[in-house]
Amino acid sequence: MTMGSDRDVVVRVEDVHKRYRLGTIGRTALADEIKGLFARSMGRPDPRTQITAPGESQKQGEYFWSLRGVNFEVRRGDILGIIGRNGAGKSTLLKLLSRISHPTKGTISMRGKVTSLLEVGTGFHPELSGRENIFLNGTIMGMRKADVARHLDEIIAFSGIEHHIDTPIKRYSSGMKVRLGFAVAAHLDPDILILDEVLAVGDAEFQKKCLGKMKEVSSKEGRTVLFVSHNMAAVKSLCQSAILLEKGEVRYNGDTAGAVNSYLKGDADVDNYRHFGDAYNTDDFKLIEVRLNPKGRSYEEPLDEYDEVEIHVRLEMKQAADRRKMTFVLSNEEGIEYFTFSNGQSDAQLRNGLNHLVCTFPKGFLNVGGYHLSFFLIEDNARTVFREDDILAFHIQEGKRAVGSWLGREPGFIKPRFQWSHAQE
Amino acid sequence: MGSGKHTEHWDVVIAPTGTWWKLGIREIWNYRDLLMLLVRRDLTATYKQTLLGPLWQVLQPLLTALMFAAIFGMMARMAPAGIPPLLFYLSGVVPWTFFANVINRTSTTLTGNAALTTKVYFPRLIPPMATTLSTGVSFLIQLGAFFVIAIGYKVSGNYAWNPGLALLLLPVLLLIMVMLAFGTGLLVASLTTKYRDLGFLIGFAVQLLMFMSAVIFPLSGVSQDSPIRPFIMANPMVPLIEAFRTALLNTPSDLGALWYPAVIGMVMLMVGVASYQRMERSFADVV
Repeated sequence: MTMGSDRDVVVRVEDVHKRYRLGTIGRTALADEIKGLFARSMGRPDPRTQITAPGESQKQGEYFWSLRGVNFEVRRGDILGIIGRNGAGKSTLLKLLSRISHPTKGTISMRGKVTSLLEVGTGFHPELSGRENIFLNGTIMGMRKADVARHLDEIIAFSGIEHHIDTPIKRYSSGMKVRLGFAVAAHLDPDILILDEVLAVGDAEFQKKCLGKMKEVSSKEGRTVLFVSHNMAAVKSLCQSAILLEKGEVRYNGDTAGAVNSYLKGDADVDNYRHFGDAYNTDDFKLIEVRLNPKGRSYEEPLDEYDEVEIHVRLEMKQAADRRKMTFVLSNEEGIEYFTFSNGQSDAQLRNGLNHLVCTFPKGFLNVGGYHLSFFLIEDNARTVFREDDILAFHIQEGKRAVGSWLGREPGFIKPRFQWSHAQE
Repeated sequence: MGSGKHTEHWDVVIAPTGTWWKLGIREIWNYRDLLMLLVRRDLTATYKQTLLGPLWQVLQPLLTALMFAAIFGMMARMAPAGIPPLLFYLSGVVPWTFFANVINRTSTTLTGNAALTTKVYFPRLIPPMATTLSTGVSFLIQLGAFFVIAIGYKVSGNYAWNPGLALLLLPVLLLIMVMLAFGTGLLVASLTTKYRDLGFLIGFAVQLLMFMSAVIFPLSGVSQDSPIRPFIMANPMVPLIEAFRTALLNTPSDLGALWYPAVIGMVMLMVGVASYQRMERSFADVV
């Protein structure tokens, strides 16, 4: 390692472990403590003993290892995404990085002014005016009063509530309070910013103003951002690199696309390829395989909301192929059926022998979410010869969106691109 | 641009074995603006939307002293002769109010600021310091009210108020009282995170302690051979309240006895800060 590249490391996480005790330890009332003491002295089990499920690898007796030996480094100017499922240790790591909680083992070292944004408007007092709360919130976030005063006009302008800035904020709408909090957050000016996703996806206005600005500043002025999220759209849009946490350990550390892919592969419900062997081999037909892939790419690649999705079916017909049609039903994860589609009206008809049919969804047709396909073989448009529910389950993930655009899920199940026309009148 | 000398300089190091016994004065100094703003918030926000506003600061101890003067002074004849009962009780109630409020308020800072401490880092001693300082401001206002009333007595010729040099002792007395109350408050704060019952107990205990702290009677009223005298003398607040009276009313007292509250105060401060810093580290994990 050269000295030059070592200099650039501004966050170093070394062998960080965090252990939690299970249950509500620490909140015991004195009476419970006495009861426990009494029970033990009588030879009975302590009523406070936690009952834990055996065989959970993260759990050890009454302890739970939320993080188990996490290591990574962040260089100046990086925007690092930290992703993982619920319970993977994301929030714990976020708390440790924010100095709200302390590691059981290991060290986190950081260079420069660190600011962590887990919510906006921390410490707002309802009785104080907007202006007073700007100072209070700013200093709670680690600003000097003089810094706040220097940026006061900008902050007020940014918040867009100039007219009510001397009104107690208990008279504000919740939206106004959030805007005021965002306005302060946008002017914190740290070297290292630790950001919780709640802030990034909650408010499109904030994204446009703050995240866009942040991304710009990080590349120009070398500001470092750690972004904890399970919103893949946000991570893909903001971060160059990402680490994937799984069961308290780093499972992937590298470029964002790779981290997101391994995140989705870890999902047991996703299965974009099925080869059936002899499972469906009858005198009538043999179903060989069904797979889904983004057009022109492998089925191993995740599908995102902007892809053209292809469904491939390989099916050997042994008799009466001309009377049979393939039909699929697409439903969501709750089992609600969205629509049925078939090769019936198309030119791609089944023939006796080996068939390879491809059905293509138009680009960007399916919205983000989990889907199931059910497969039917229909004879004479009337009789079901074969039926297999949930033959494939797949997931459409968020694509890379422009910073400042909406990063949440758009409402609805499909996003058809209808034909539009325009006439000037 | 990197030189080997600077590669291992880190501004923030988060490790399990923190120096919990340390005050972290430099960090607190860096956050002094927050400290002052919290003090201001305490002082302004509390009395917003009240009709009398900051006048309550003065009214509370004044009404208490008046009631004590009426009950203990006039009816039970516990106040010493020669001093207007109102002044006698005010000189005890004002420092006691400060002492009690500091204990009560600092003891709830960990639980009371959970919304802050689970969301953002700042030196955790800041909130209890802020409440102590704002309580100190109230104390000074109340002390001012005492002087106004005392001068009123003097001018109207009802009582020849004539404080001596002992008046200069006030900052020392205040310091000792802050150490005692702040330390005890921090200790209680760290214990209440584990034992919630203590929160209820402490308010009550402080109230009861007042009746043993020479607030409603002069120490001279407790005879040397009285069986309760050892208990009274074990209370570090007794020499302090007595000394406050000496400073404010020029009553005789044994100022040499102040070593006792001073030592106890220093011990309480160290124990309180240590246990608070220790508990603070795990507090976010149990809320």
